[in-house]
Amino acid sequence: MERVLMKGNEIIGEAAIQAGCKLFFGYPITPSTEVIEYLSANLPPKGGTVLQAEDEIGAINMCYGAACTGNRVLTASSSPGISLKQEGISFAAAVELPMVLVNVNRCGPGLGGLGPAQSDYFQSTKGGGHGDYRLIVLAPSKAQELYDYTMEAFDLADQYRNPVMVHTDGFLGQTMEPVVLKERPQAPDVNKDWIVTGAKNREKRILASYSLTNEVGEANNIAWENKYKEIQDKEQRWESFHTEDAEYLLVSYGTTGRICKSTVLNARKKGIKLGLIRPITLWPFPEKGIKPLLNQIKGILTVELNTGQMIEDVKLAAECKVPVKLYRRQGGMLPTEDEILENLEKIFQPEESGEVRN
Amino acid sequence: MKKVFERTKGLSDAHFTFCPGCTHGTIMRLIAEVMDELNIIEDTIGVSPVGCAGFCQDFFTCDFVGAAHGRAQAVGTGIKRSLPDKMVFTYQGDGDIAAIGTQHAIHCAARGEKITSIMVNNAIYGMTGGQMAPTTLEGMKTTTSPYGRDPISVGMPMDFPKIIANIPGAVYVASVSVDSPKNINKAKKAIKKAFQVQQAGLGFALVSVLSTCPTNWGLSPVDSLKWLRENMLPIYELGELKETEEVKSL
Repeated sequence: MERVLMKGNEIIGEAAIQAGCKLFFGYPITPSTEVIEYLSANLPPKGGTVLQAEDEIGAINMCYGAACTGNRVLTASSSPGISLKQEGISFAAAVELPMVLVNVNRCGPGLGGLGPAQSDYFQSTKGGGHGDYRLIVLAPSKAQELYDYTMEAFDLADQYRNPVMVHTDGFLGQTMEPVVLKERPQAPDVNKDWIVTGAKNREKRILASYSLTNEVGEANNIAWENKYKEIQDKEQRWESFHTEDAEYLLVSYGTTGRICKSTVLNARKKGIKLGLIRPITLWPFPEKGIKPLLNQIKGILTVELNTGQMIEDVKLAAECKVPVKLYRRQGGMLPTEDEILENLEKIFQPEESGEVRN
Repeated sequence: MKKVFERTKGLSDAHFTFCPGCTHGTIMRLIAEVMDELNIIEDTIGVSPVGCAGFCQDFFTCDFVGAAHGRAQAVGTGIKRSLPDKMVFTYQGDGDIAAIGTQHAIHCAARGEKITSIMVNNAIYGMTGGQMAPTTLEGMKTTTSPYGRDPISVGMPMDFPKIIANIPGAVYVASVSVDSPKNINKAKKAIKKAFQVQQAGLGFALVSVLSTCPTNWGLSPVDSLKWLRENMLPIYELGELKETEEVKSL
């Protein structure tokens, strides 16, 4: 297996090719542009299609059309562009179309800035567009995960017939890191008896989301709800880091999840029993990773690059059994590992009772 | 007994749900006949819009995808790029293609996207109950122009097929009407050519069809056809607005 040095956004593009993605529709926007640039150079020679659309609305609707034919399709953008895509994402969720969306998050609101941010957490995990739907949302924290999670996103999309979002940021997208270009794991066998390819030797198919009667509308909503519940039951993913004996817990994903690992190691050196839950799926939120720890921990600190968005899901998981506090940076700024630890100490004043590890 | 007339294979046995006198049914039948004559029903994927035209997905016998309002040509682009050997057409009202979907219409033509678009122009928003469209005539009363369309405030109606005809990637653009048997025959010829253009892979083809909306115009079916002839035909010039040499030699 080849180990190469690549830029985060290019890794996403390569992973898509390896995952059998046949089509990409997008529109340039910093800091995600290298995805469309990489694919423009590398997907057509392998028989795929890359089309730069008139705008993000066009791009997502082209994805919608292509997904209706059963081929794997990708789009990538950054926050304002993802906002433009929301109408199309809602329609794709309603027609239950597998597709992969990449949001290389920038800070907002408005045009915002290009630095790393997690300000689109609500938009990614609570629906984003109109109507009551969910995306499966994967949050990589390093190059290898950009590669692995992007590949897996295509399988999850096919398996559940649902749009899947890879939620990353400009820091991960723009950084060059080593990555092992693993062979694509065997894709799951999925039923494709719903796609449109022309009504030859079968009944015609209609892929649309309009329900003329309220009875049909409710039945549709219940069917989608059941699917979302199944995903919540089966697909919660997280990484536990030094949680076995933890008295205090950090919860953080993506870039800050990675920084928090250093914070945990530094705290342990000081004798503070700190652990980390790093959500890998932002939706479904990995409450199963947090609940078993509630009887052993004294406090939770979420570390986020926004005004405190994921903290709401952490509080729901914590069931008011332990205090849940926030440490955040915004506008493209990142916290240092020491800054996080200082604030944890200020907020919870933990006893340095644990065994000092060096 | 000898059968002298029957439903074309391109139409399903679902009953039309359009208002009495609406010409959507006529236009859909023409498209269905063309698909049957070209023997492409099994190879065609239609894209339906939002609005009265959106019901078309139930009436044709080919596969269909329902698009968000105005997005049919972007959706059609995605289908065609994924399945280049299949036939793709969009069926859209004037509000869908010439207001909310303008950017997709312009760029679909600019790319020379190998799909066929049918625009049904009745100068009004029908589904939502008779609001002003980009095609609403000067002085025409709608629920959002209750004193008549005022060009000083909202501009003049757009002759959309003429705009599209200016774009190099659009190789065939026709403006037709279904107000009379003669014009219906011309409309069918134009629709057929627009599908043949796609079969030959020549580029983007658009047929604009002038249509009626008796309900929201507040006129009888017969008076609606008369109104179309007297008021729309002088504004929206009929004919083949653009036909490249390649298309002419088809």
